[in-house]
Amino acid sequence: MIRSITQPKAEKEIDLLLSGSGRIFIIGCGTCVTLTRTGGEPEVRAMQERLSGKGKLITGHLVVPVACDNLTTDALAEYGHQIDQADTLLIMTCAFGVQTIARQLKKMVVPALDTLFMGKETAAGEFTEICTQCGTCIIGETGGICPVTSCHKGLVNGPCGGTDSGKCEIDKRKDCAWTMIYNRLMDLGRLDSMRRLQPPRNHLGEPTPGKMILSEK
Amino acid sequence: MVSAFQKALKSGKFVITCEAAPPKGTNLKRMAHDIELLKDKVDAINVTDHQSSVMRFPSLGGAMLVKELGGEPILQMTCRDRNRLALQADLLFASYMGIHNVLCLTGDSIMLGDHKEAKAVFDLDSSQLLGVVRKLEEGKDISGNDLDGGVSFCAGGIVTPEADPLEPQLIKFEKKIEAGAEFIQTQAVFDLDRFKKFMEYAGQFNVKILAGVILLTSAPMARFMNNNIAGVFVPQDLIDEMASAPKGQVLTKGIEIAGRMIKRIHEEKMCDGVHIMAINKEELVPDIMSAAGLI
Ligand code: SF4
Ligand code: SF4
Repeated sequence: MIRSITQPKAEKEIDLLLSGSGRIFIIGCGTCVTLTRTGGEPEVRAMQERLSGKGKLITGHLVVPVACDNLTTDALAEYGHQIDQADTLLIMTCAFGVQTIARQLKKMVVPALDTLFMGKETAAGEFTEICTQCGTCIIGETGGICPVTSCHKGLVNGPCGGTDSGKCEIDKRKDCAWTMIYNRLMDLGRLDSMRRLQPPRNHLGEPTPGKMILSEK
Repeated sequence: MVSAFQKALKSGKFVITCEAAPPKGTNLKRMAHDIELLKDKVDAINVTDHQSSVMRFPSLGGAMLVKELGGEPILQMTCRDRNRLALQADLLFASYMGIHNVLCLTGDSIMLGDHKEAKAVFDLDSSQLLGVVRKLEEGKDISGNDLDGGVSFCAGGIVTPEADPLEPQLIKFEKKIEAGAEFIQTQAVFDLDRFKKFMEYAGQFNVKILAGVILLTSAPMARFMNNNIAGVFVPQDLIDEMASAPKGQVLTKGIEIAGRMIKRIHEEKMCDGVHIMAINKEELVPDIMSAAGLI
């Protein structure tokens, strides 16, 4: 399942963003941020405590089941009164949730998290970015491993010179994508695919901001 | 048009290149001094492009200075900071300015430098950039549009013969040759027996190979490079040798080691020449050459 991977913003940044607001309503989410322990019930409560300690009035809090879902509208309606009393909403969901909520309510929203990437849980408690939705998928030639995403530089013709013991030059915790691709293609007996000189990538897959209207297809 | 460097490569002589790093700022005095000192001793001078992702005076400007002072520049170009439009434009400009040697690199990660929050580009990679050079030479841009006025380059790339694992590097190496590389300057080599093995393989290709030799300036510097410079792996015995040098003699030791390696590469005719990297100590290149018995 695709997971939205987040990390908390520094307290200093949140405090700065909230500096003009005295009355705050906090919203968390029961899905990805609960899994990553960045915006579930315990984190929302801890935030409430921290901000109360700083003299903010917390008008209420809520952990919606799936913040990015349109059903969030109904969940918010139930808390209408407490939300009305707040001048700012502090939202502890990924940025999809923040934007979904911002579209419903006429309130300033402050994200409490930074959304890092769309990830896959690759081991218990470990999340990895494996696709950045580039719009022109090339993994048919790389044994199903994405160099656009898994290589730090997005290289499509093989490794840079920085590979160290199969790890990326920027971080020993990260595998070098091209070592993985090489190993996979080698296993499959398809290194010919890696030997093919790839032309410059096509970045025109879907110009940002992406939009898809099915009835126009 | 044949560049002087290209002529040297074709002559069969033992080719020597070194580096000149543009300054952080506009004071070109020291760079000019290094160029004056080196230009008649080496076959060409590489001008580095924001080396280690540290923002500096541009390599294009530095290459123009080499030219102005009567040296033979090799323009280093990375794909880190410019997209395909900017890279092509700079190649047009370089050729127009009489700079006819280019070294095509992917470029280090932005994160290794002094502007860590910048956006990295990597629209092209090193092998594609080599292809761009050849395409421009045909009188077309890479979208296939005609150029009014062409370019000519002696183009090359790099390889890391001590990378682990090596095989994926070799595939990339072959792609660079396929894309049009005429010469390859290697990343720093230390283990010369291993380098000889690499050359048994690399020697089959129609490309000139210059072995990269780095000047070690101290044991801590060697350790720092191992941890911070992508693609450089200094073996422990050389670090120990550096550490064993008496105080005040450490640099001499470094010169001796670099000279010894170059001498062996030369005497055993391992490859077509050497690329001497004396980072921040370019003025010592003549000493290294003399330790190697080359001057
Ligand atoms: S190439 Fe990579 S980023 Fe692009 S769509 Fe395929 S998997 Fe996703
Ligand atoms: S070390 Fe590997 S993953 Fe990292 S930038 Fe280089 S090729 Fe890409």
